[in-house]
Amino acid sequence: MAGLTRRRMLGGAAAATGGLLSSKAEARSPDPLITELQDWASQTGDGVDATPYGLPIEYERDVIRRNVPWLTADTISSVNFTPIHALDGTITPQGCAFERHHSGAIALRKQDYRLLINGLVENPIVLTYGDIERFPRETHVYFCECAANTGMEWAGAQLNGVQFTHGMLHNMEYTGVPLRVLLAEAGADMSDQNWLYIEGADASSNGRSLPMAKALDDCLVAFKANGEALRKEHGYPVRLVVPGWEGNLWVKWLRRIEVVAEAVESREETSKYTDLLANGTARKWSWVMDAKAVITSPSPQAPIFHGYGPLVISGLAWSGHGRITRVDVSLDGGVSWEIARLGYRGSDKALTRFYHDIHWNGNEMLLQARAIDETGYVQPTKSQLRAVRGENSIYHNNGVQTWYVDSQGVVENVEIT
Amino acid sequence: MSRLPNLFVLALGITTLLLGVAYGVATRYQMAAERQVMLQQVAAVRPQFDEAKSIDEVPTTTNLADAEDIGSENRIATDRDAKASVPAPNSLRRLGIGRPALPAEIAAWDVDIMPDGHGLPEGRGDVETGEAIFSDYCASCHGDFAEGVDNWPVLAGGFDTLAEDNPIKTIGSYWPHLSTVWDYIQRSMPFGSAQTLDEDQVYAIVAYLLYSNDLVDESFALSHENFADILMPNVAGFVVDDRAETEYALWRKKPCMQNCKESVNITMRASDLDVTPEPIRLETSTTHSDGEVSDKDIVKNGQKVFKKCQTCHQVGAQAKHRVGPHLNKIFGRVIGGLEDFRYSQVFDVAAKEGQIWDEESMAAFLLEPRTYFQGTKMAFSGLRTADEIAGVIAYLKTYSD
Repeated sequence: MAGLTRRRMLGGAAAATGGLLSSKAEARSPDPLITELQDWASQTGDGVDATPYGLPIEYERDVIRRNVPWLTADTISSVNFTPIHALDGTITPQGCAFERHHSGAIALRKQDYRLLINGLVENPIVLTYGDIERFPRETHVYFCECAANTGMEWAGAQLNGVQFTHGMLHNMEYTGVPLRVLLAEAGADMSDQNWLYIEGADASSNGRSLPMAKALDDCLVAFKANGEALRKEHGYPVRLVVPGWEGNLWVKWLRRIEVVAEAVESREETSKYTDLLANGTARKWSWVMDAKAVITSPSPQAPIFHGYGPLVISGLAWSGHGRITRVDVSLDGGVSWEIARLGYRGSDKALTRFYHDIHWNGNEMLLQARAIDETGYVQPTKSQLRAVRGENSIYHNNGVQTWYVDSQGVVENVEIT
Repeated sequence: MSRLPNLFVLALGITTLLLGVAYGVATRYQMAAERQVMLQQVAAVRPQFDEAKSIDEVPTTTNLADAEDIGSENRIATDRDAKASVPAPNSLRRLGIGRPALPAEIAAWDVDIMPDGHGLPEGRGDVETGEAIFSDYCASCHGDFAEGVDNWPVLAGGFDTLAEDNPIKTIGSYWPHLSTVWDYIQRSMPFGSAQTLDEDQVYAIVAYLLYSNDLVDESFALSHENFADILMPNVAGFVVDDRAETEYALWRKKPCMQNCKESVNITMRASDLDVTPEPIRLETSTTHSDGEVSDKDIVKNGQKVFKKCQTCHQVGAQAKHRVGPHLNKIFGRVIGGLEDFRYSQVFDVAAKEGQIWDEESMAAFLLEPRTYFQGTKMAFSGLRTADEIAGVIAYLKTYSD
């Protein structure tokens, strides 16, 4: 295999698997999978309890979170990426939802969990995990996107896989107590000009300032995701959910909420998570994740194996401003666009799944998708973004992504004019 | 809240906790007099905290939505968000869940520092002291001169680079407030031993970082008294998010659908850079059963436990000294015996006496490091169980050849 590029290998794989030249497969001899008795049709399988808590079948073990080792100095203060190239629908399974830690994922037992609410409150209170489950709760689906998602692409096409370019993203159904309910319990001064300082229990002590209006609007103090307890790596037993806003605000292992009169200007809202512009000044408090769409398949990790003919183009769209109302798809790098079908219409600040069904005749394609949300925001191109911000922002890159598909079905991350 | 007001609250005593908090907070933030009055009025008309759990205050009905002060409109999901649950009842009354926080608890966790320095404890540290502490606890990642090692953050220099192609964002060139430096170091550093530095040590490290950024001279000492005098160079370098004006206005327009550009050219390909992790291949793994499962499990467990150690100690072919020395071939090694590592004094003494690391000494050390070698700089408080200790020893032995 030495000397073969990954590109050729994938092309070869596509040719071997798919029978590229014909759009219809014709059987020359009977398929033994049908005509011969298979073990699984004769012998028994696993009994119940073979996996008391199940993992995906071994044939799916490549559908996992991956990290990019050269990005960070070690894995403890680092990030990995959701395998969105291999998922469909909108809900992200917890087990493969991206992780971002600043001092590693800690193991905090429910019985050791305490939440302190203090500051500009009449009654500073301490809540246990059990206490939190006694407040009225709500259930909502929301996406969580790291502000640095797609951050490696500011200067051009860099990572060849949607998992790596767009995988700091997950979408779960959260159950939790509205933050406003807990603030009321502490008798918080809920004046508009006040802020909350939100702090985690891990060694990074990640802390962020949150304006009161957002806290009273839709934030949740969540203890369940997709119906079960949060995973350790997502802040078990309690994390903050800040719908539509950058993931760093979704403080994990939430231990303290302080009502303050001004922003704390902590490390994570000054040194990090601020967006450097071309003129050397930086935006701060850029919390909202703007509308964004990306085609998850075909994509570099999900090339076209099946040859010519019917092709499902599938992707995700989301907006921190609210609901996705439309997704457009281009096959020619943005010269012309068609309106895609919303296969699963997401709710407010949640992922929407879109599909675009085409007949592929082997022509090269430059695939793009652009999201439009309920505020009329149209996802910009990378050039439009760079014209305003330059290339050093790191965060909040929601420019339109381009995938080049060659005549063999191999897909590559490219930049275009 | 911060340490100083908390002490004040403590002095007032718990019976006047409510008023104390309101007053302390008002003092700290220098709130307008009207707001202070308002807050105290609110406190006065609210039921006393101690009484909050009385039966009158806790809704007796099990259906909270039926409580009189809950708007019935709360029970109807809006069309806009038909999938969401009906909003939780938004009671104006307290439910009486939880307990009052004690002043000592608030003081223990509420240690954040505001941009104007509020919340800083009393203390003092100079550049020279800071340099020594930095060298011991910080330099393995950030470099002796705060220049950064490997991918760890660069803390010094980078002035006038923010508008260049490769901006260097350091404490000196980028951070707007000195309070952030103090706050972050006291709560989140050193990496792997957070919150183990005392106030004077933090002041000293911050003083050294100012020095390494050429912002003070070598005789400088930083304290709570002169803290507010230090202005960071990039304090005016930030604007509040202005996307609504600079971007949304441009992009909230009807999008083009046909003939949107004349031509399209590929200008860059990710494969040219070739920095993407390799794909995972689904080969079946060969499994061995050689009857040594239990030993392997001990090593495997030890490898897991060793995660507690590995922010400071490395093993393996690439192992280097970090905050602690590398642990390759540790058994049989003279304790404190590596010449290129700066040990705590107590280890230098052990080295002179020719003490050797063996399983026994390692087990005793891992159980109670600071008892076994009194005065060790190692911040780790010890492993909890014999299994953990046996595991780590077995794991380290795999790096002993």
